[in-house]
Formats: sequence, C-alpha cells, structure tokens
Amino acid sequence: MKENSALERLKNGIITENPTFVLTLGMCPTLAVTTSAINGLGMGLTTMAVLALSNMFISMLRKVIPDKVRIPAFIVIIASFVTVVELLLKAFIPSLYDALGLYIPLIVVNCIILGRAEAYASKNKVIPSLFDGIGMGLGFTLALTIIGAVRELIGAGQLFNIQVMPDSYVPCSIFVLAPGAFFVLAALTAIQNKIRINGEKKGRDMSKIQSGCGGDCMNCNKEEAEHGNC
Amino acid sequence: METVKDLLIILISSSLISNVVLSQFLGLCPFLGVSKKMNTAAGMGTAVIFVITLASAVAGVIYKFILVPLDLTYLQTIVFILVIAALVQFVEMFLKKFMSALYKALGVYLPLITTNCAVLGVALTNVQKNYGILQGIVNGFATAAGFTISIVILAGIREKMQYNDIPKSFRGMPIVLVTAGLMAIAFCGFSGLL
Repeated sequence: MKENSALERLKNGIITENPTFVLTLGMCPTLAVTTSAINGLGMGLTTMAVLALSNMFISMLRKVIPDKVRIPAFIVIIASFVTVVELLLKAFIPSLYDALGLYIPLIVVNCIILGRAEAYASKNKVIPSLFDGIGMGLGFTLALTIIGAVRELIGAGQLFNIQVMPDSYVPCSIFVLAPGAFFVLAALTAIQNKIRINGEKKGRDMSKIQSGCGGDCMNCNKEEAEHGNC
Repeated sequence: METVKDLLIILISSSLISNVVLSQFLGLCPFLGVSKKMNTAAGMGTAVIFVITLASAVAGVIYKFILVPLDLTYLQTIVFILVIAALVQFVEMFLKKFMSALYKALGVYLPLITTNCAVLGVALTNVQKNYGILQGIVNGFATAAGFTISIVILAGIREKMQYNDIPKSFRGMPIVLVTAGLMAIAFCGFSGLL
C-alpha cells in the first residue's frame, strides 16, 4: 500500500497504530466514559469529529503557524472545534451530551489529538491529514466501543442496552463502576505486554507498543521519547 | 456558619468521595507516570495542589468578571485552557526568579502540569456546579489534595511491590492498574461519609 494514501492512513489508525490498543494514549476518557458500549461509541465518534477537523485545519495552516508558537496555536484550534462539537451535541443529541458531561470539553486535553497534530498534521498535506484523523478516530471509537461492551456485558449483562445474558446471570456491577475500568485496562495492558514479549522472542520489532505515558498527556509523544522515561 | 459548613462538605466530597483520579479518572497520566517513588510523588502532589488552587481562583475570577458580563460563557473551554497554560508558565518564571528554593523543589513538575486534565476539569466543574469564587478555590484545593493523597498512597505501594514476584505479562503498567483498581474499591467506602 502506498504510504500516506487515504487507505493506508485509515489502516494505520485502526490497526497498526491504534491509539488505545497499541499506543495507549488518551486513557482518561477511555476509562471514564466506557461504562456502556453506547457511551463508548458516542465518545469515540465525538473525538473522531474533532480529530479529523483539527487535523485538516492544522494541516492547512501548517505553513502559516510559526514554529515557536505552534503548540498554543494548535490548542486554540482544537479547543474551538471542541466547543463547536459540544454546542452541536447539546442542541441535537442532548442524551449523549448528558451522558458524557464534563468529558466533552476535556477532549481538548486528549493527548491523541495534540499528538496527531504534532506528529502528523503539522508535517503533511491536507487530504492525508484528514484521513489520518479519521483513521485514528475510528481506531479510538473501535477500542472504546469494545471496552464499553466488555464492561457492560460483565457489569450489567447487556449489550447496547439489550439484555443478552440469561436471567440466571448475576451482573458483577463493579465493572460498570470506577474500579472496573482500572481492572479492564489492567487486563488490556497485560495482553499488550504478552504480545510484545512473544513478538520480541520471535525477533519482530515491537517498539511501537507503548504502555501508557508518564508525566503529562501533551508532551508524551516527544518529550518522553527525548527523556526516555516512559 | 452555613457557608463554612458548605465549604467543609465540598472539601470532603471532592478530596475523598469523588476522588479526582480514582473515581473521575482525571490526571491519570501523572498518577501512573510519576508514582514510582514516594518523594517524587509527594513533590508532584504539592505542585498540583499549588497550581490547581491558583488556577481555580484565576479561572473563577475570569469567568465571573469577564465572560459572564460579556455574555461569552460559551468560550469557557478555550479561555480556561489558555489561561491555565499561561498561568503555569508565569508561575514557573516567578518561582525561578523570586523563590529559588521552592523552584528547585517543584520546578521539574510544573511543565508536566500544564495540560494535566485535572486542572481544566476542576475549572469546568466549578462553572458547572455554579460555585462562587471562594467555593471554587476550596473545591480546587480539595480536588488537588485528593490527587496528592492517592498518588502518595500508590507510590508507597509501588515501592513495596518492587520486591514481589509478579507474572511476567503483569509487570509494569498492568499491576499498577490492578493496584489502582483496588484503591478505587477502597475509596468507594468513603461514599457513605456524607
């Protein structure tokens, strides 16, 4: 597949560099809103909208924004799109707006978005950047929906609000509460570790897989790499 | 007396009952990243208390005296994130120049806090819950204190955990997350407090 083509970017976001399963970015919303599959889906799609729009816009302006003030400029662009999306959700899908609450404005500090702006959109053309945003967004949506579905299935015996478990199943409600989020993520990162260890045994390059970012979200891509304390 | 009681309720509920990390998942990155050693965790906690308390004061003033009179409240997200980023830079410069001892202790953590989602989260929560400026500051302080409590506890556990025999695939982040989950269960116990 040709590099930087639309299709390659989509595949990269969904599989090769999946933001949740491979890069482990944006953990705050991942844990907070995945109490059900439908919430995970809503959050994923909202983030995807912001990510695609901001990627496209930042790519358009990449030659105008001076290098020194690029981070504040990116933040203003991202925050503007988040505000737009927030107002649209409030007007048209109030149920989702209520369910996600505080976590909609907090998309601003989701490290995936600034990470992609810094790592991809500020260096590449508009169309690949747009598809990079869509691909990353889809990967994020997929991951959030899966995590939400697992938590909903174990914690409430339902999937997308439809009862799927037999009546005799006693829901383990801790999984829809806060502690469950940590346990699900723990299991996820353990699987990630396992895959990495197995891959390294077979001599494959597994350096892409990261386990969470230390320090802060925004600088986790570049600074962590520089200081090597991830 | 009524106001003092209100403030006390905010203090307890924000620091223990709805703990910022363990029940709201804000500030998770530093919580997992800077909790390897007890003294760095305590340093990070102190810096977070300092910044969040200051940021909620500044954001509260800006919201009440600039955004509300001009009818610009829909710009709150953009304004708050910029104010927080500028504030942290300013605090860093101020400490460097005038309080070098404090800067030596907290300096390395300050840039890490700029985009800690807890800072923005507190500023937005204060607006959402219609807190006045004083209530907002108390809420900011309490939230940050809750962060400090949980990061110091986690660091203490992680220091002990180094000597344990952990299954290979659970080493590193997974076991920390399991620990955090168990702490979250323990913190659920506080919900009967009020």
